[in-house]
Amino acid sequence: MILRRVLIANRGEIALRIIRTCRRLGIETVLAASDADLDSVPARTADLVVRLGPPPPSASYLDVDAVLSAAKAAGVDAVHPGYGFLSENQRLARACAEAGLVFIGPTVEQLAAVGDKLEARRHAVAAGLPVVPGGPLEDTADAARLAAEIGFPLLIKAVGGGGGRGMKQVHDPADLAATVDLAVAEAGAAFGDPRVYLERFVATGRHVEVQLVADGESVVHLGTRDCSVQRRYQKLIEEAPAPALDPALREEMHRAAVALGKHLEYRGLGTVEFLVDVDRGTFYFLEMNARIQVEHPVTEAVTGLDLVAEQLAVAEGRSLSFGQADVSFTGHAVECRINAEDWAHDFRPSPGTVTEAVWPLGDGIRVDTHLQAGATVPPYYDSLLAKLIVHGRDRADALTRLRSALARCAVHGVGTNIPMHQEVLAEAEFAEGGVDTAWFTRFLRDRPVGSSRG
Amino acid sequence: MSLGAEDVQDILRIIDGMEVDRLHLRTGRFELSLRRDDDGEWTQSARTTAEPVVLDGRDAAPVHDETASGQRTGAAREGLTEVRTPLPGAFYRAPKPGAAPFVEIGDEVTETTVVGIVETMKLMNSVYAGAAGTVAEIPLGDGEFAEQGAVLMFVDTRATGAAP
Repeated sequence: MILRRVLIANRGEIALRIIRTCRRLGIETVLAASDADLDSVPARTADLVVRLGPPPPSASYLDVDAVLSAAKAAGVDAVHPGYGFLSENQRLARACAEAGLVFIGPTVEQLAAVGDKLEARRHAVAAGLPVVPGGPLEDTADAARLAAEIGFPLLIKAVGGGGGRGMKQVHDPADLAATVDLAVAEAGAAFGDPRVYLERFVATGRHVEVQLVADGESVVHLGTRDCSVQRRYQKLIEEAPAPALDPALREEMHRAAVALGKHLEYRGLGTVEFLVDVDRGTFYFLEMNARIQVEHPVTEAVTGLDLVAEQLAVAEGRSLSFGQADVSFTGHAVECRINAEDWAHDFRPSPGTVTEAVWPLGDGIRVDTHLQAGATVPPYYDSLLAKLIVHGRDRADALTRLRSALARCAVHGVGTNIPMHQEVLAEAEFAEGGVDTAWFTRFLRDRPVGSSRG
Repeated sequence: MSLGAEDVQDILRIIDGMEVDRLHLRTGRFELSLRRDDDGEWTQSARTTAEPVVLDGRDAAPVHDETASGQRTGAAREGLTEVRTPLPGAFYRAPKPGAAPFVEIGDEVTETTVVGIVETMKLMNSVYAGAAGTVAEIPLGDGEFAEQGAVLMFVDTRATGAAP
């Protein structure tokens, strides 16, 4: 099926990003926007806008019925959910199929296979991927036996959790039973699902993921991304390829990701996330994200591919136009997430009206943003304002260009974390490459008192 | 015509070799300003001026959040201390849906008592009473949107004699 008109059920930079590729491909775009976004830059750029509902996400971007109604009213062929919101929602995917619309994403079965952590782990094991030693708890009496197998320290994770929510560390065997009881109670209350599982806690871990693109038969990997610079499990800086990684380990991760994609007969864009256990020189499967991700531009920079275009082609039922041997990797790319957060005041959210937005320009520099002077940053949604992506000959070149590019960013009217990125880029340890997921917390803790943060 | 990142790069390539340090371009749909700094590096600022084309004009009439314009900011009341939200966002009276509220009218609070949560940009921010006394009034309902600085609660500090 040739797509002629696509509903974009999202907002902000990703909505604009999808609009741009659709326009290049001659596909009409209809933006489904909440009342808070009816006058946004994506709304002004899309061919048409249809109102979803009031600003709170539950009444607009998370409302499957509202999205379906918008799609029907707009007469579209397909729905692109972007990331977040309904991007991995099985109900939307199923409702689209029932309404004769293409859901731009994997199948309902694939969403189900990777949407539940235990189910995803089961598939990963079936596909031969290494997983973090651990397992589900049938009852609290299991915990001691399982903990003895895994060894301390360990993590208790809520099956329904994610993004760092619903996780507890246990270092002392004496604390195990009480912590499990608490975790079960909290998981039930917070996620409506009391199931928890135990995992080995990896003290020095890196977050490295492999991008896949697949058409249901052919599965191609597009290399690694390192997303270890995180605060409270939210990624801040991403780069491709992952630096300072043993070549054999990297190849093994590529193979593992492709094996999972083949096992699932995967269709569309997907990201297989791994935890690299630095001390043991190995890696474990964490989860698979069945959508386009925020950090996709760094992969685009080093492969020269347009991932949204590939996603649309697969959604049209076409086979991949290239194989693994056709993918080549050039240079190094780094992305900074510029958020409306006042890092000088403990990352306090900073909604408001933008009075000035100046962005760097030049070869190897890409800014994905919906932010312009006069734009409103509503308090209802996440704080991502822009992504600054820089591509260089190698990592050192990319970092040099990124420092210069960051210095030329100027956003006024709302607070941003641009100064934080500048300080991170000045750190020798970061410049060296290969920092672990706990590095950013140490960086915050160890910064000298009275520096620019205060 | 719409303006994409590649178009801007093309424009930049054309003017990069010229004796030009600033370019301002305005069409019916956008405005673009390019500027070359002393170090030879360029920056851009753009404005998309095109009006959105809303499919259903009726549905898309500007919707005013009832709470936004006529927010009950709560006039100052003698003897009562206002608990205001430092950030705009959705005000939640309980730690999670279905749970008991943090406080009810008549409850005793201290400066550090959590009286609610304001959700701003997906972050949950605890709101503290900031004064010792008795909760006297809660003008906002659970889940209602609070403008920045809106009064979430009034605390009667007279009974305890505590300073506001």
